Amino acid sequence: MTEFINSVIYEPWPWYLVGPAIAITLFLLLYFGREFGVSASLRATCAAIGGGKISSFFDFDWKSQKWNFVFVFGTVVGGTVSSLFMNSKGAVDIAESTKEALIGMGMTNPGSDYLPTQLFTYENLGIGTILFLLIGGVLVGFGARYAGGCTSGHAISGLSNLQLPSLIAVIGFFIGGLTMTYFLLPVIFSWVL
Amino acid sequence: MKLFKFFLVGIFFGIALSKGEVVSWFRIYEMFRFDAFHMYGIIGSAVVLGALITWFIKRTSMKSVEGSLIKFTPKKFSIPRYLVGGTFFGLGWAMVGACPGPMYILVGKGFFTIFIVIIGAIIGTMIYGVLRPKLPH
Repeated sequence: MTEFINSVIYEPWPWYLVGPAIAITLFLLLYFGREFGVSASLRATCAAIGGGKISSFFDFDWKSQKWNFVFVFGTVVGGTVSSLFMNSKGAVDIAESTKEALIGMGMTNPGSDYLPTQLFTYENLGIGTILFLLIGGVLVGFGARYAGGCTSGHAISGLSNLQLPSLIAVIGFFIGGLTMTYFLLPVIFSWVL
Repeated sequence: MKLFKFFLVGIFFGIALSKGEVVSWFRIYEMFRFDAFHMYGIIGSAVVLGALITWFIKRTSMKSVEGSLIKFTPKKFSIPRYLVGGTFFGLGWAMVGACPGPMYILVGKGFFTIFIVIIGAIIGTMIYGVLRPKLPH
């Protein structure tokens, strides 16, 4: 038992712990009378900073999403707790074939940290990496709102509720993700890395 | 206290995605290459359990903690909206290796360059709001 508790605290979690934990999150939010959807917080942010002046899409009572901001703040603290006290840092044990593909595109030490150091550390920040991160973020924000939800709203909540629109959205996630992974990243990395 | 419970659920969710390495750029790239079962196991088991939970809530007409019937908003049917919107989302997801949930968690893990991604996501949301009347839905 102690061994199990220790491994939960200090070792990376296997998929069969993480999936149920996400389902529990879904249940708790439903039980608290809310629908699970993280990207709704982005829309509420736009409303809170005065987006209602440029689009009626942001002209709504963003305070109804206050709970989502509190939830999001909790996830930030959860990230800190896991890094500081639960050894959730350093190397990620990805597949050898994944590492080889990344090395082939000019990435050094793939999997040595949670994020690629060449893209996400201050020392490597330049016009190329800043544009890379910014454009990627714009695509995520634009796409999530256009599709009416992100991974939590469509892939988790929507599929759990057997919504056909969510299945179409998830198919879209993969059309975009595979196009980026196989056709665009090799070109982009030849400029950025 | 009314809002505090969301803070606690957030902490739990943040720890789960962090310990499960879902917040790792490499796990997302590995998923799109179909090189490991990890992410599929996570999403698959979450959806199977989530479907059981959703079915159970509807079946028993479960009430929320606030006393009202738990309701699910059905999504309006459209193909272009979800397919095209989803494709844009997927392009970004595979690039920065983070969907909105993990973006915030990564801030907590001390990866502050992720703020550039979050600012981008807010700008992207704004762009959608402005272009919305012109986009096919």
